[in-house]
Amino acid sequence: MVVNSGYSLQILYILIPIFMIVNKSRNVKLFSTGKLSPKIQYFLSALTVVIVSLVCFSFKNLLDYKIVALLLLMTVSVVAMLFEILPVLLAAVLSAIIWNFFFIPPLYTFEIGNAEDVLMFLLYFLIALVNAVLTFKIREAEKKARFKEEKENELRLYNTLLNSLSHELRTPIATILGSVDMLKGNVPKVSAENQMELLKEIGIAADRLDRQVENILNMSRLESGTLRPVTDWTDMNELVHRVIYKVFPCNTHQLVFQQNENLPLFKIDAGLTEEIVYNLLQNAVQYTPSGSRIDIEVKHESESCVIIISDNGNGFPATEIPLAFDKFYRLPNTKTGGSGLGLSIVKGFAEAQKGRVTLGNNTTGGATFTVEIPAETSYLNNLKNE
Amino acid sequence: MNRAEILIIDDEPQIRKLLEITLESNGYKVLQAETGREGVIQAASHPPELILLDIGLPDKSGHEILKELREWYNKAIIILSVQNSETDIVKALDNGATDYLSKPFRTAELLARIRSAIRRNETSNKNTVVEAGDLQIDLAARSVRKNGELLKLTSTEYNILSLFARNEGRVLTHHFILKEIWGVGYQTETQYLRVFVGSLRKKIEENPDNPRHIVTESGVGYRFQ
Repeated sequence: MVVNSGYSLQILYILIPIFMIVNKSRNVKLFSTGKLSPKIQYFLSALTVVIVSLVCFSFKNLLDYKIVALLLLMTVSVVAMLFEILPVLLAAVLSAIIWNFFFIPPLYTFEIGNAEDVLMFLLYFLIALVNAVLTFKIREAEKKARFKEEKENELRLYNTLLNSLSHELRTPIATILGSVDMLKGNVPKVSAENQMELLKEIGIAADRLDRQVENILNMSRLESGTLRPVTDWTDMNELVHRVIYKVFPCNTHQLVFQQNENLPLFKIDAGLTEEIVYNLLQNAVQYTPSGSRIDIEVKHESESCVIIISDNGNGFPATEIPLAFDKFYRLPNTKTGGSGLGLSIVKGFAEAQKGRVTLGNNTTGGATFTVEIPAETSYLNNLKNE
Repeated sequence: MNRAEILIIDDEPQIRKLLEITLESNGYKVLQAETGREGVIQAASHPPELILLDIGLPDKSGHEILKELREWYNKAIIILSVQNSETDIVKALDNGATDYLSKPFRTAELLARIRSAIRRNETSNKNTVVEAGDLQIDLAARSVRKNGELLKLTSTEYNILSLFARNEGRVLTHHFILKEIWGVGYQTETQYLRVFVGSLRKKIEENPDNPRHIVTESGVGYRFQ
């Protein structure tokens, strides 16, 4: 029995578009072999052609040599979907030579018996090459489209950054420049009291600028991937007190820290952890009504340093919780002040220490942030009591 | 009156101007250098009482300048650095810097650091009684009083406190304290330090949660004042 060449053509017509479609939906990891080293690509494409040829050769008696040509062409198409242009061309040339030598009569010579076969061979060669080049071009176009899409996403993020930052940076700068102009030009007209007031505003604005720059620097440290935690034994009670007293003098909210006397020392990065606590407190103060209570608790649980910061404010809308740690995300309709970077820095600094941060609403109202940082502990501090 | 001379080595004209005005109006004589090379030459031709050295200089790193200066200059060198560079600061302190200030710094802080550094130039190791607020540390008698009352300290606690007292106002790195108190080989055992500083604070501080005497400099060390 000899398979009719008409049927196999139909099969190919169906198969090739299917491969094209599968290949286009790049979710299928199997087909993204473009990252293989060139040597392996050459080897695999030649191997594929040789294997298909061998299979065809063993069924030589059943298959017409013209069908073999179609099967080899299909093989080249498949190879073209997987590899770079040069390994594909190798497959095209190799398959043409094999076809000529092993299948076109007279067998085992490069000679071709009749004029029709010469034409077939030339056509085969051309189609294989065109196929290789076209598939390659399609993939290039896809790559470009993907690249463009990524660029557009980046641009969108960048614009959000610019909008948010230009407001956050320009406001204090406007305050400083305006106040300085007043003090420079109008000193006789501005009362001594107002002069002091302007100076105070300049100070506040500069502090705000400093804080924003700190945020941006922290963010870029995270993004650049150069952040390497420097761990050392840390007294968390001391750290939290330090944030509360020094970094964070707050008189609009009630900060309650119940010191845990049995807490061990944790081997963590104190600088990053201080930023985490600071940003969470800052966030709680920013987004809860004046007079709200903010509770801070530190525990040693399952090999981790666990920091819990909860407030009795309005809580987080459930739909917004998954977005809370996104860069530049801010709750809709919130008051100005804040760049939307604080919580993403918290997340980044927790993850940099192989930890995590979660957010949930309390049953009694208000939100709770929980930070877990896996850490070595030392109970040395509790053993020694004089 | 003999005014103390301070040499500023910083490439930023605005920072130099600010320092010049601040220091001049507080009775110091100010010398300035824009580059590290110029700073070293100026310091050599006319050794000042104190040097303010920026770590981020354009020609040579401040660390190199610090090493060059420390080959012969033994008075105070205060490092100016930017925030978030604790490793830089620790490196400079371990290389012989007297103290450091992070930009942006506040004037009161700057002047306090300068006063304390210059005081140490003059009195290094001569004082046997160090007073810091309500604390009185008698290094000869090995006794510590708070508001006139004698405090009971363990010997390690006293050793740490006396090290602090001899370096009053100056930041000491963990590494340095551990080496001085426990010796070589213990330089990374910071958990001991945390424990003893904790117990010292309970004895000498009015409010151990908000310490005034032994202040933590995050990622760098402790400062006694």
